[in-house]
Amino acid sequence: MTAGAHKETAGPSSLRLVLTLAIAGLISGIAIIAIYESTLPTITANKARELREAVFKVLPGVSQMQLLVYRDGKLVAVEERRKDEQVIYGGYDRQGAFAGYAIPGAGPGFQDTIALLYGYKPERNLVVGMEVLESRETPGLGDKIYKDADFVASFSALPIEPKIVVVKKGRKSQPNEIDAITGATISSKAVVRIINETHLEWSERLPPPSSEPPLKRTASAETGEVP
Amino acid sequence: MKKSDNQSYDEFVKGIWRDNPVFVQVLGMCPMLAVTNSAINAIAMGTATFFVLVGSSILVSSFRSWIPKQVRISCFIIIIATFVTVADYTLLALVPKVHKELGAFIPLIVANCMILGRQEAFSSRYPVRLAVMDAMGMAGGFLLALFSLGAIREILGDGALFGVNLFGANFEPWVIMILPPGGFLTLGVILLFFNWFKVKKDEFLEQVAEAERGGS
Repeated sequence: MTAGAHKETAGPSSLRLVLTLAIAGLISGIAIIAIYESTLPTITANKARELREAVFKVLPGVSQMQLLVYRDGKLVAVEERRKDEQVIYGGYDRQGAFAGYAIPGAGPGFQDTIALLYGYKPERNLVVGMEVLESRETPGLGDKIYKDADFVASFSALPIEPKIVVVKKGRKSQPNEIDAITGATISSKAVVRIINETHLEWSERLPPPSSEPPLKRTASAETGEVP
Repeated sequence: MKKSDNQSYDEFVKGIWRDNPVFVQVLGMCPMLAVTNSAINAIAMGTATFFVLVGSSILVSSFRSWIPKQVRISCFIIIIATFVTVADYTLLALVPKVHKELGAFIPLIVANCMILGRQEAFSSRYPVRLAVMDAMGMAGGFLLALFSLGAIREILGDGALFGVNLFGANFEPWVIMILPPGGFLTLGVILLFFNWFKVKKDEFLEQVAEAERGGS
């Protein structure tokens, strides 16, 4: 049983070949646009929800949030970020009082960029939570930076001044020191380095404690929708 | 059983076992080794490949008399790539966590030679009914192979299956099984078993034939 599909004798004209490919490309393009358009709302909503959950996780006790950007020398609340603009998140409690910042940071890990979010309470100068947003660290070793509950918990009340220091497991003696994960020293150091560097970058831009931008009463602040 | 039923059944079974794309044809090794570090990743990858292969086989087989043979490969790739994009966005919308784990390997389904191979060798030559059976068999075999590798590696390397801990806290996981070398080791052992089984089966059939000859 052989293929009887193709005419072997007179080859098809070039026009037919071009037309076949053009039609195939056209149909394919329409199909891709259709699937893109129909999944886009779900994907955007997923991303916004993930981010919102991460912010609430690194800032315990927070129930509202808004975007903050550094514009013209001061921190302002905005609805939408401009392109290429660094953004942090302000967390507010139920009454609308400022509770802390959630600051995203990124940097090289063992394999690829690690992106994380950490909660920072300026009045006590404490890191109060850390959540890894993206990482391709080695499964079973480096991925403990988000799977090891002890390591993640060590960021729940960590003084950040002068800086966080990683020490070998069990050698922690100062409040600003944390235990490295056995077998994942590079990844643990990377997480701490990212937080230290991000903190250095932002600390002078943040306003002095108790003069943080107040919560804007907007629809997006209420629902926490983030573009 | 009618002859046509028999043939479509045969096309299905050959992909699952006799000509299993991974264990016998040794195709599609890149996703095979890269994403089988846990059972759930393996199933997601296998399902995405299943969808792409069956979908493209139906289209290729339906349009086989329309596609001029000079541009057939380009047409197959356009069809496959469209299905892959659909699978990519669907996974991203429905299971973002799994999509994140699989990362670049979803778009790379386009380059899985098993899929293009089935279009060229089968779907472009046979009617839709047989093409579907063939695609389902091959994709089912691929899914099965991915799952067995993923399950073995997750059980040994993490002490868990589908994230459920199996052995309690005292189990020391073989971390190497989750790392890339573990993929090669597991695959090697499974291939060894398949070949050993084939040799034994051939020997057995030979003995049976000899006994029959001696008996008559």
